[in-house]
Amino acid sequence: MAEASQFNRHIESYVDVSRSSAQQGASLDAIISLLKNDVVTIALLVRDMDMYLTTADNVIRARGILLLGETLMQLHSKPLENSTVHSLITFFTDRLADWRALRGAVVGCLALIRRKSFGVVSADDAVAVARSYVQHLQVQSLAQHDRKLCFELLECLLERHSHVVTSVQDHDFVYGILAAIDGEKDPQCLMLTFHIVELLVKAYPHSSGPVSSYISDIFSILGCYFPIHFTHPTTEGTDVTKDDLSTALMMAFAATPLFEPFAVPLLLEKLSSSLPSAKVDSLKSLNYCATKYGTDRMGKHAKAIWSSLKDTIYATGPEPPSSFSLDSQDAMENEIPTEAFGLLEKMISLDNGPFVSLITSDEDINTVFNTISSYNSYDKIPLHNKRRLLVIGHILYVSAQSSVSSCQKIVECFLPRLMEGLELSLDSTSSHLCNSNENGVLSRRTNFGSLYLSIELLKACRDLRISKEDLVCRINSQNDTWCCLLQRVCGPLSETFSSFLEKNEPANDDYLCLAVKGLQVLALLPGGNLLISNSTFEVILGKLVSVVLEDFNKIYLWRLALKALVDIGRFIENFDEVDKEMRYINVVVEKFAHLVSSTEFDLPLRLKLEALSNVGRSSLKYMIQILLKLEEVITTNLIAIYVEGNITLAKTTSQLLECYSTELIPWMQNNEGSEEMLLRFADSIWKTIESLPLTVCVNNKELLDAMIKVMKLAVACCGVESQNLIVNKAYSPFSSIISFPIPLEEFKLTQEIDKLSNRDDLVLSLFASVVIGLHPQAEVPNLRSIAHVFRVFFLKGNVIAAQAYGSMVNKLNPKSSVTETLEVFTLEQAIDMIFSKDSLDSFDDAITGLAWIGKGLLMRGHERVKDIVMLLLKCLLEYGKTSSLPLKQYSSDNCLEANECFPSVAESAADAFQILVRDSDLCLNREFHAMVRPLYKQRFFSIMMPLLESLIVNSESPLSRCLVYRAFGHVISETPLVAILNDAKKLVSLLVNGMSMLSNYASEKDGLYSLLLVLSGILTDNTGQEAVIENAHIIVNCLVQLIGYPHRMLVRETAIQCLTAMSQLPYTKIYPRRIQVLQAVSKALDDPKRVVRQEAVKCRQAWASIA
Amino acid sequence: MVSGLINANPVVYEKKERRERPTSIPDADEYSAEAIDQLEVDIKDPEHPYSLEELKVISEDAIEVDDRRSYVRVTFTPTVEHCSMATVIGLCLRVKLMRSLPSRYKVDIRVAPGTHATEAAVNKQLNDKERIAAALENPNLVEMVDECLAPSYA
Repeated sequence: MAEASQFNRHIESYVDVSRSSAQQGASLDAIISLLKNDVVTIALLVRDMDMYLTTADNVIRARGILLLGETLMQLHSKPLENSTVHSLITFFTDRLADWRALRGAVVGCLALIRRKSFGVVSADDAVAVARSYVQHLQVQSLAQHDRKLCFELLECLLERHSHVVTSVQDHDFVYGILAAIDGEKDPQCLMLTFHIVELLVKAYPHSSGPVSSYISDIFSILGCYFPIHFTHPTTEGTDVTKDDLSTALMMAFAATPLFEPFAVPLLLEKLSSSLPSAKVDSLKSLNYCATKYGTDRMGKHAKAIWSSLKDTIYATGPEPPSSFSLDSQDAMENEIPTEAFGLLEKMISLDNGPFVSLITSDEDINTVFNTISSYNSYDKIPLHNKRRLLVIGHILYVSAQSSVSSCQKIVECFLPRLMEGLELSLDSTSSHLCNSNENGVLSRRTNFGSLYLSIELLKACRDLRISKEDLVCRINSQNDTWCCLLQRVCGPLSETFSSFLEKNEPANDDYLCLAVKGLQVLALLPGGNLLISNSTFEVILGKLVSVVLEDFNKIYLWRLALKALVDIGRFIENFDEVDKEMRYINVVVEKFAHLVSSTEFDLPLRLKLEALSNVGRSSLKYMIQILLKLEEVITTNLIAIYVEGNITLAKTTSQLLECYSTELIPWMQNNEGSEEMLLRFADSIWKTIESLPLTVCVNNKELLDAMIKVMKLAVACCGVESQNLIVNKAYSPFSSIISFPIPLEEFKLTQEIDKLSNRDDLVLSLFASVVIGLHPQAEVPNLRSIAHVFRVFFLKGNVIAAQAYGSMVNKLNPKSSVTETLEVFTLEQAIDMIFSKDSLDSFDDAITGLAWIGKGLLMRGHERVKDIVMLLLKCLLEYGKTSSLPLKQYSSDNCLEANECFPSVAESAADAFQILVRDSDLCLNREFHAMVRPLYKQRFFSIMMPLLESLIVNSESPLSRCLVYRAFGHVISETPLVAILNDAKKLVSLLVNGMSMLSNYASEKDGLYSLLLVLSGILTDNTGQEAVIENAHIIVNCLVQLIGYPHRMLVRETAIQCLTAMSQLPYTKIYPRRIQVLQAVSKALDDPKRVVRQEAVKCRQAWASIA
Repeated sequence: MVSGLINANPVVYEKKERRERPTSIPDADEYSAEAIDQLEVDIKDPEHPYSLEELKVISEDAIEVDDRRSYVRVTFTPTVEHCSMATVIGLCLRVKLMRSLPSRYKVDIRVAPGTHATEAAVNKQLNDKERIAAALENPNLVEMVDECLAPSYA
């Protein structure tokens, strides 16, 4: 009984209007959970609520019915008996008449009608609901939420029980619906309204149905909403947008073909409106409706549609470019023309007969056809005619490419006229197609418009993509004249275009571009050699190639021709035209490949390489050809340079290598099947190197760098197995260095530098770059001796050897010693070797090398990096304190005396920290398969900070302190800001001290700037600001000093920006500094640099206004 | 105060493209008319939500700068002859320049000859140090000036 009383209490609390809505909601939830768990039944609920449901008090009755309705809404999946459903729906149907308690009744009906299983509303009950709805509800007089519920009920009725429309007598129901939806304005309700209309008319699509007599009424209600103009911001809880509404309305329009007599005229009328959105909506709706209304109905309006479409396209089409060679022809960013052409295409594909004949017989188009032939060049065509020409070109293109039959009609109608304009003979009896004029090629009338339009027509034929077999039978059958027409036109056209590109004919740029475009379209025509004979194809390719080879002064034309060639290449590849592919390779690829070695053409090498790599990238087959040629040229050049001493080739060769590494290798990375080529390339380079004589007198730095880069990338892009092959190949020339007698103990650096021959240097560098690119899994023979050699040379200052050593240290598997034999060099040994004996003979290059090794360790998270760091710090302090002179002198004077070199050692020790933390693209990154431990920078930062801090405090000489700050700057500026913000409080004072220290040395401007950037990062972050507030006065002091920093504008600018940012800090902290800042900033108003002055004005205003 | 706007419907012009200037010595940009122009064009008209440049009250050509002699002269053109806002516009220009230029500059602000009914009076008022200082003591005026200048600091 306790439950029952509780139950009653919940009911009371819900019905009581004085309770808060939260309490009411809670009690509703409680009731629902009781019902769901079968503690009480619906019947019990109804019985208990008896009084609330029938009382004469309007408010309580309304609440009671609403409670019942809401409850049912939540119980949509609970099984109910049919009899229960029946009695409930009868009750609610009855209550629809009770306008004071309406909401509950509507909610209840909706809940019951929505039920899909376990007790659904019977058909008769649904009819009763509908009848009551029509009789009693005055929807438009209700509030928005109630209207929405009513519409939902209606929508649900139509979806589930569409028979109600006929069952309710005397067509009352349709009339009732119309009355309900007429004049609706709320966007959410409108969405429902449009859907209701759609459902209503879809239920009775036939012209004899119950809806048909109301069609014009329905449309008059709907039509007034078009076009939707809805600019309401979406933030106000309504998530309905203009697009949603437009789409819903469009669906309603297209719901039945019966709307056609009303909808199409309306849409056409709105198409002529000046509102762009109305135009777009009309075009979209027409397009959508056209499919739904069908050919016959749309056919009636074809003429009207065509004329409106034409006007729209003319009015909104793109502005013609001033010069044809500048254009970007197909740029149709504007929505209206895009939609208009979409509609055109749809109309043609729906019924191509009548609509196409509208186009072919159109007066405007014919006028244009008649006038264009009188203009010789693009410039001479008046502006509005240019526009018409471009628009008509596009109309013809779109209509011809929509279907085969439309293409046929349009080509048959227009192509002969164009040929006439060009005075090209179409006499089918003569097999040789020459112009009717006797004077040969030059006398042909150059007629820009006709050429342009013919290209557009051919482009349409190209994009139609009819199959070869189809084409063959079309050409053979007598009644298809258009294919024959095409076949006959292609030859003369390609001759015409080629003639423009002849050197001796002074054609202007417009014609040249047109010719290139025309040739491209011709070459891409489908059907193998049916339309374009193989010899013509070759001629076309030859022309384009000659443009690329000779016309490099007109860069636009050059690019266009190259793009045409690339497109042709790609097309051949995609459509598998074997015959043409052969010819393409013969004419284009081989010619281009030949370019690299020949000096025949004046084409600059840069452009040669651009052409080469673009053509190569269009297909793997071409790429292989080009790579082979390139490889051959590179190896012969290398031999010429190193053996014959032909140093002039060095520059070219390094450019070739550069192209290989920056253009071709990235492409090969993304394309399957090119690893073999890389392997081959690396292999042939090593072969060349092996064949070099022992004495090589050439030592070209640029060439060596390019070779190192290419080798690194090539190796990095290979798989593990290929890498193993390359390493083995490279090992044999390298082993000669290993066998080189270098007894470690007596090793004298100064002597050995002279002993290493150029050849060995080359071999060492290249082998090092192979090692840099290796996978961790790759196997390296004789690790120990390789490491030994690298170590020797890195101590000698060979940076690439150090990088390779760092990579080895980074990638060596620490467990490999277990499985492999003693031969395998382990990580521990490698590191021990670095620290063994007196290996560090204090050369700054060696320190740089040490930093690379440290980087390798750091990235994999090895703790021995600490040793390296300690070593670096030791160098820094030892050599830093020996002199107290400012650094500037040392960097400028290049002293050779021993003791004066020390600070430069210290300097490189400080800079080594930059190498340690900064991401490098030379080695040790993801591309070169380095092992990178997550958050290694943060970890390094937290190790380094206490160390550096104590060093800064304890260092005696200002010089060494300055160097420590420099190292500190490198570390901190590479650490992610998040990590810095955690320690911001400690760091701010360090940063500030560092900045005031570094600002005394002109040479430290980079370090100073990076520190300043860190500070500004802290300043602009919310968590960082706390730390700033505490130290506000020292920061201001420091920044004020920096405003006058003479060595770098960026420092001054950033300092002022930081000050501006500081004006946002709490008033009490900054007010005491105001005068100081204002005085300093007003000096900056006279700064020599404008940017600084502008910042100063802002800063001054910000600080002046805090008072 | 006058009720209603003095020039209710001003002609609004498009902002002019900056003319190309030869870049001077790389490590020192002199103060030039263009730079000052930059400072001033964003000043809002006291009556309308347009900037002074859009109303052609000031233009680049009407600013004369001599960096070496530390001298600036601005000539502005009120939109209508009897514009009582001329003094306010002049005050805005002066305050803006005071805040943006180093103190070594002498600033001269004038109404373009023949464009204002009480030209001489306005010129006198705008170039009188004492009166400017007095005007800036007036909180209402300062508020108005700040409002006009606000967009130029953005």
